[in-house]
Amino acid sequence: MKQKYNIAVTGLNNTDNPGPGVPVIRGLREAKDFDVRIIGLAYENLEPGIYMDGICDKVYQIPYPSTGSDALMERIEYIHNIEKIDVLIPNFDAELFTFMKAEKVLKEMGISTFLPTIPQFEERHKAVLPEYGEKYGFDVPFSKTISSLNEIKKLSDKFEYPILVKGKFYDAYAAYNEDQVIGFYNKISAKWGVPIIIQEFIRGTEVNVIALGDGEGNIVGAVPMRKQYITDKGKAWGGITLDDKKLMEITKDLIAKTKWKGGMELEIIKTQDNKYYIIEINPRIPAWVYLAVGAGQNLPEALVKLALGEKVKPFTSYDIGKMFIRYSMDMIGDISQFERLSITGEL
Amino acid sequence: MKIKESIAISESGFMFDPSTGDSFSLNQTGKEILAFLKSGKSEEEIKEIMIEKYEIDNFTLEHNFYDFMEMLKTFNVLTAE
Repeated sequence: MKQKYNIAVTGLNNTDNPGPGVPVIRGLREAKDFDVRIIGLAYENLEPGIYMDGICDKVYQIPYPSTGSDALMERIEYIHNIEKIDVLIPNFDAELFTFMKAEKVLKEMGISTFLPTIPQFEERHKAVLPEYGEKYGFDVPFSKTISSLNEIKKLSDKFEYPILVKGKFYDAYAAYNEDQVIGFYNKISAKWGVPIIIQEFIRGTEVNVIALGDGEGNIVGAVPMRKQYITDKGKAWGGITLDDKKLMEITKDLIAKTKWKGGMELEIIKTQDNKYYIIEINPRIPAWVYLAVGAGQNLPEALVKLALGEKVKPFTSYDIGKMFIRYSMDMIGDISQFERLSITGEL
Repeated sequence: MKIKESIAISESGFMFDPSTGDSFSLNQTGKEILAFLKSGKSEEEIKEIMIEKYEIDNFTLEHNFYDFMEMLKTFNVLTAE
């Protein structure tokens, strides 16, 4: 009989801008070496993963980290007292810092995580990517952070249009002139605050890698992918696994040099002359993780084992030419489910 | 010019480049040319075979052949020898 773990997962927002929660859970449900009871943690009461069949065994609403980490941790403790959580997998960039800071407290409660360290998390921020590139020897686009509209006028001294205007956590737009930069600045800052990152626009093909580092410089698994169909939010609606040795070398090198701990996603632009520019490093498993599972690397399963201190044999291969295609579907729910979650915070 | 080693072409004429994720549909003639390139035939040899097989004049063949080769280069299917 297989061991059964209670695993708490956030990011159940399987919308057109999906969180990684549902695909992470699908991977865990297919784990070879253990069974799972999934405790879904939801911020909003209409996150689709709450209502999907076969995804969560139990769902709890949790407060946004922005309301204060004390409230969030109190809620986690309450849930843990009922559910006896073995491993917690946070899937949002915006909540990671809170959970990383609480790693020790969580551990004392008996909840394991496998997250990057705070220095690892901080140094790969979009706002400091040029310093990161220089420190570790990777090609990155030139970028600059701005915190006021006045700074936009001076951008043409340092950048050639088009440029990318990015939020500190999410959102990126290509701007072809100053007016567009102002528009995007206002749009992004209203949602995510400042600073706004202005990044050199590198022409080429975007390729992505999902990877898992063991925290000691070793790569546990990695799968590269190219988006084949991109939504108007810039999210992959379809993608295919690639055979790109250089991309794998870069990933291996980055994990070795930074001793990255946990899941990550590298967003890279490959130029026509075969140069690779890292444009973003996301400090968590991406929403397309199920492609890696389908290609032979169950990275969520490996992450849980690492979190529990088990030895994990690194993956050495994956299937090339495996594709994922997302789809949308209307589920039928009942107001009583919504009512229960809204009133009791549990479903 | 040589065809990239990683390129896979199926019987149906579906061509897949696993290093970029690009895929293409070839017609019968395109499939034949790619098969000749893959077997190591030179451009001159391929042209000779095509002229003989399809009874096409040299001018029309060259026009279409080089147009196709340019397309292959643009899509990074070919590499320099």
